[in-house]
Amino acid sequence: MSEPHSATISVLVRNAPGVLVRVAGLIRRRGVNIHSLSVGPTEDPSTSRMTIVVDTAPERTELFAKQLRKLVEVLRATAIDGTPSVDRELALMKVNVTSGTRMEIMEIASVFRANIVDLTDRTMTIEVTGRTEKVDAILTLLARHGIREMARTGQVTLVRGPQNT
Amino acid sequence: MARQATVPLKPRAAPLKPRAAPRAGQVNGAQALVESLRREGVRIIFGVPGGASLPIYDALYDADPLRHILVRHEQVAVHAAVGYARASGRVGVCTATSGPGATNLVTGIADAIMDSVPIVAITGQVPREVIGNDAFQEADVTGITMPITKFNMLVMSASEIPQAVHQAFYLARTGRPGPVLVDIPRDVSQEMCVPEFTDEVTIPGYRPILEGAPNQIAAAVKALAEAERPVICAGGGVIGSNASPELAALVDGTGIPVVLTLMGKGALDELHPRCLGMLGMHGSAYANWAVNGADVLLVVGARLDDRVTGRLEDFAPRARIIHVDIDPAEIGKNKPAHIPIVGDAKRVLAVMAAQARAPQIESWWRQITEWRVRHPFRYHQNDHRISAQYVCDMLNKVTGGRAVAVTDVGQHQMWMAQWYRPRAPRHFITSGGLGVMGFGFPAAMGAKFACPDETVVAVVGDGGFQMTLQDLATAVEHGVSLAIVVLNNGALGMVRQWQSMFYGGRFSASLLRNPDFARVAEAFGARGIRVERPEQVEGALRAALETEGVPCVVDVICDPAENVLPMIPSGQSVAEMILDE
Repeated sequence: MSEPHSATISVLVRNAPGVLVRVAGLIRRRGVNIHSLSVGPTEDPSTSRMTIVVDTAPERTELFAKQLRKLVEVLRATAIDGTPSVDRELALMKVNVTSGTRMEIMEIASVFRANIVDLTDRTMTIEVTGRTEKVDAILTLLARHGIREMARTGQVTLVRGPQNT
Repeated sequence: MARQATVPLKPRAAPLKPRAAPRAGQVNGAQALVESLRREGVRIIFGVPGGASLPIYDALYDADPLRHILVRHEQVAVHAAVGYARASGRVGVCTATSGPGATNLVTGIADAIMDSVPIVAITGQVPREVIGNDAFQEADVTGITMPITKFNMLVMSASEIPQAVHQAFYLARTGRPGPVLVDIPRDVSQEMCVPEFTDEVTIPGYRPILEGAPNQIAAAVKALAEAERPVICAGGGVIGSNASPELAALVDGTGIPVVLTLMGKGALDELHPRCLGMLGMHGSAYANWAVNGADVLLVVGARLDDRVTGRLEDFAPRARIIHVDIDPAEIGKNKPAHIPIVGDAKRVLAVMAAQARAPQIESWWRQITEWRVRHPFRYHQNDHRISAQYVCDMLNKVTGGRAVAVTDVGQHQMWMAQWYRPRAPRHFITSGGLGVMGFGFPAAMGAKFACPDETVVAVVGDGGFQMTLQDLATAVEHGVSLAIVVLNNGALGMVRQWQSMFYGGRFSASLLRNPDFARVAEAFGARGIRVERPEQVEGALRAALETEGVPCVVDVICDPAENVLPMIPSGQSVAEMILDE
């Protein structure tokens, strides 16, 4: 079996009690590690979309999607492996600032098209949106200023073009 | 770093208001449940009542012709429901109260999902307003059973009961069958409603694929026709989909040898000349050699678990694999399939049988016959000690393989799998995937309730029998004619065997000091026969099989040192098969 890598699986589920637990439980008992899992409503109020990023060997990803499809409340499960897609995640980072570092941090934020959404004399909260790599990159630059706390949404994904995810 | 967000939860129904006088057409939830069960064709429910299911039991009180069988432990209820389902092909039903009643069902539900058995479990739950408060006898039963049910549901209003029950039965018996649990709070059972019964079912995310893709089937037919050393491996799915006639047609039309998994025993008449019996860890040497030598292997309704394959890369190493299964997730799960076919075994095999062309396999059969003659199953029966294998062989002779044989789990199970040759499907019932000790006797009781005109025999070990034998009381109460053969070797035999083979004979906690099972049986009001000498075996088996109106326990004192062979040790391959001591 080849090395595990990050695979994205998009799962459309019925809004029903316990669906999140069913999906998360299945992932756990099939021995797959979750990188991120995000859930939210879709264009159809009776369904939600989960975007799950897991560590799995490439040849297991589709098998894993098949297991997800077996859940009665799962309407679709798509392994987005190699399909052109739009991937985004949002992160909020609360960074230490001083009068000496404020301008530099604002510059970094500007390069990454990040928004400064809160500012005090000691902290700055930055909102950044993008692919996981971009979030990781700004995180690396800001880390040396001291990140007091951070919240990330996990990745959301849609397939590019008219094809459904 | 998992992020969890909230999926909108269904709002809880308002607490039950004091009940007004019933309006016309109104019944309570429990009555709606019983009527729903009747509409599903349920005839028998196995269960134990309790606080949270009292309203259900009140509705069952005059639910004729729906019969409730009161068992002495909920585990027996669920195993009996499984035995009932496997013997008859109908959905088995069991019920338990909240908390401890429901948790006692867990083992049997897990057995049912592993072996794809259609059962519906109905559990009482504490009243809605105290759910989540750690109320008396509360357990999160839908949470606990989530990984071991095909589906489960907590019903939050009485008016939802008819639809929930109909969905439960539909899900249990269609597609890949499995257990479904319906959890009903006590106040929902008491709530008045005007039930709307329906024959329709709409489950948007659930569409089993029944017809195999024609081009894939054509490719499979071609591969089989061109094969030089083909083998068919039939599993429990063939029995579950009632595909035995189609399998026999394919075999008769092509002459291809057939091996059976433990779950597939009886899928083909085991006296059929093309049938090589069971493969796998304790399968016949010739079945395993045939699979090892095969150039095309057709797997139908089998999930190729580790007890069948041993080390995966050495399983059927020369074969192109055609894998037919109704569950797409089973195909390629353990072993990649060259020709995958998703579909119902019955429909796929029917098409294959109609299109099949016989391959040229005379020399392949010469080879298999030579293996068969060289290494049949064998045992040694002397004048002093009874070989458990001799008992299984004798049971096969006495019944002609026409009794429904139900086994427990362990050495005796494997000996029965080797020696008992069922002539028809649903005549060999065993806990295959989960391997539940304590399964045999309750499942046999369930099988007898399902098929009262069949001869049913439970073959159990002394260890497993003691896990559920209290329900002899139930069998006696209902006058169940059931032969129970205890292959008593004074040990947890399979554990003892592994300790003897792999742990230097250090028999840690595997030797048992047993009661006299014949006298235990008599104390329950059953018949008991103790067998200590080889010449008593045949007579005792015949007497037990002919006993009417009460169960008959035959306690056979067997050789404590006998091992199950051949054996492919766990994680190894056919090359490492141990043939003789």
